[in-house]
Amino acid sequence: MFEVLGISSQALFGQLLIGLINGSFYALLSLGLAVIFGMLNIINFTHGAQYMLGAFTAFFLLRYAGMGYWWAIVVAPLVIGLTGIIIERLFLQWLYKLDHLYGLLLTFGLALMFEGTFRNFFGSSGLPYSVPPELQGGRNLGFMFLPNYRAWVVLFSLAVCLATWFVIERTKLGSYLRAATENPTLVRAFGINVPRMITLTYGFGVALAALAGVMAAPIYNVSPQMGSNLIIVVFAVVVIGGMGSIMGAIVTGFGLGIIEGLTKVFFPEASNTVIFIIMAIVLLIRPAGLFGRGA
Amino acid sequence: MKGLISLAALAVALGCGSAQAQYTDGTIKIGVLNDMSGTYSDLSGQGSVIAARMAVEDFGAAAKGMKVEIIGADHQNKPDVGSNIARTWIDVDKVDVIVDVPTSSVALAVNEIVRDKNKVFLVSGAAASDLTGPKCTPNTIHWTYDTWALANGTGKAIVKTGGDTWFFLTADYAFGHALERDTAAVVEKNGGKVLGRVRHPFPGTDFSSFLLQAQASKAKIIGLANAGSDTINSIKQAAEFGITSGGQNLAALLAFITDVHALGLQTAQGLILTEAWYWDLNDADRAFAKRFAPQYKGIYPTMVHAGVYSAVTHYLKAVEALKSDADGKAVVAKMKEMPTDDKLFGKGTVRADGRKIHPMYLFEVKKPAESKGPWDYYKVRATIPADEAFRPLSEGGCPLVKS
Repeated sequence: MFEVLGISSQALFGQLLIGLINGSFYALLSLGLAVIFGMLNIINFTHGAQYMLGAFTAFFLLRYAGMGYWWAIVVAPLVIGLTGIIIERLFLQWLYKLDHLYGLLLTFGLALMFEGTFRNFFGSSGLPYSVPPELQGGRNLGFMFLPNYRAWVVLFSLAVCLATWFVIERTKLGSYLRAATENPTLVRAFGINVPRMITLTYGFGVALAALAGVMAAPIYNVSPQMGSNLIIVVFAVVVIGGMGSIMGAIVTGFGLGIIEGLTKVFFPEASNTVIFIIMAIVLLIRPAGLFGRGA
Repeated sequence: MKGLISLAALAVALGCGSAQAQYTDGTIKIGVLNDMSGTYSDLSGQGSVIAARMAVEDFGAAAKGMKVEIIGADHQNKPDVGSNIARTWIDVDKVDVIVDVPTSSVALAVNEIVRDKNKVFLVSGAAASDLTGPKCTPNTIHWTYDTWALANGTGKAIVKTGGDTWFFLTADYAFGHALERDTAAVVEKNGGKVLGRVRHPFPGTDFSSFLLQAQASKAKIIGLANAGSDTINSIKQAAEFGITSGGQNLAALLAFITDVHALGLQTAQGLILTEAWYWDLNDADRAFAKRFAPQYKGIYPTMVHAGVYSAVTHYLKAVEALKSDADGKAVVAKMKEMPTDDKLFGKGTVRADGRKIHPMYLFEVKKPAESKGPWDYYKVRATIPADEAFRPLSEGGCPLVKS
């Protein structure tokens, strides 16, 4: 055993791992935001509310349809993704040519409406949702007790993140998407239905938020304000990673989770500000973010 | 000169109505200030407005010719927002009494404003025992519970049953600090030891990191000096990380029935907690809950709601006796002079330092099999008599007591 600044290596490894777990939520959420911003140029402030909706959908599925966690992880993203598509068709598609501010105001307003409605019906204390039986319990790693469910969260979100990155950066479909954001008119000339592609992209980004919500349901309390507590941090993650950068969102998501975890050991009082301090520093040195393509 | 004339005119105007009771601008205006949208909005929130309205109805204010108006606002758990609302209410909206105000940091800010403006402040939601200690004022009454009473109830009970080493998980603001301080004092006084503490940001989401630190301390008891969703998440995550099954126990130093409801009995069973009121203690309480819940999304009343009801009732009695609500200090003095008596808290008194005195209860959360259904959650472990439930008058350091 060795010690770092009075903290035993045991505690340190434990905290690193926990940072990684929290980071996987940041990564998954900021990934959705980055996809949406990169492809639609919309700053999706509804993201936190959509994460919350995902968790609530999991709860409803269990209570009213008897469908457990494994169903929820498939069904909830589909359902919430579909509502995202409706939002895009009804509202967002009219805003692409306008200033970012309009999209921000619209999505922020929607987020407030979703949260307010759910608070009105379900209160603020939240609803219980338990870990699926297959993933209950945990294993002793020597330096800490790792619940099986948390291990699953890290692995699964990592897989989802990498798959998304692969699709967008390495496949033909992804290349169409990227081309459509650069020059929609030209891509359309090749016979590709650009508006439909953009609608589906928004639906996908929203589905990612809902997926994160389902994964959060057994750990955090399912409550209307669960998204707003997280979304500000996630926006900071996206800004640090570089707006619209897929890899940036993933790497900074995990990285900042770890940094925040370490802050919780060495100076817990600052653990909710450390990310914003990093954001300020990054913006001073690299205004486009760590992975952003220069402004 | 002009000022003098208008002052004289005011005096004449006031003089005219002297045959009748003198309520400032003819109305008694009650302002319910609390968290209407965040983590504390179930345990206080709109429910406190409903409780205040029920108190006014039951008092029969209208039949007695008293015009009472109730307004509510959301302080978002931020002292600056709360202070602004309190000032606007008193200066512009002519509010006579501010009620509830959970979140101790906000309550301490409002406490000063109400004293400066000579109005009345009836605290039900906030916990910091400083409100009747160094920060006591002649305009404030701390009604329902406080950190000292919680520590004295839960803390003492746990130390006496063998939980003698503690680690605190503390919400990093006035309330958490006060609860940690008061509990640590009780633990040490009863022969226990505090091994460490960690302060988490308020409100928090993930507590696993702090829980691991608590685990590493090897303390027998992890004292949760937080509230609302922070407590819910701490308990949920402690179960997940095998802390409770590993032999360490949690002490939820402040938990409300709404928290237990959110956790579910499966997770919450066996928790020991201290409260001033529970809906299933007697017929009057049950009747109140059955009337209250349908008006509040089916949520049963917490002790904060019951405290608002009780405090508003006593306030109206004092104002009726004085026939005036103009002088906040005088109203509070009257409230201290009159014994309290209402259907939820029974008979009691208000002490010189502004502490309302009544029994407290030590509850244990039922096992799922023992519960008859939603909201049937507590069994009484002990009743702490009124004269032992709160900090002795001489130990609080309230300046009002010496003079």
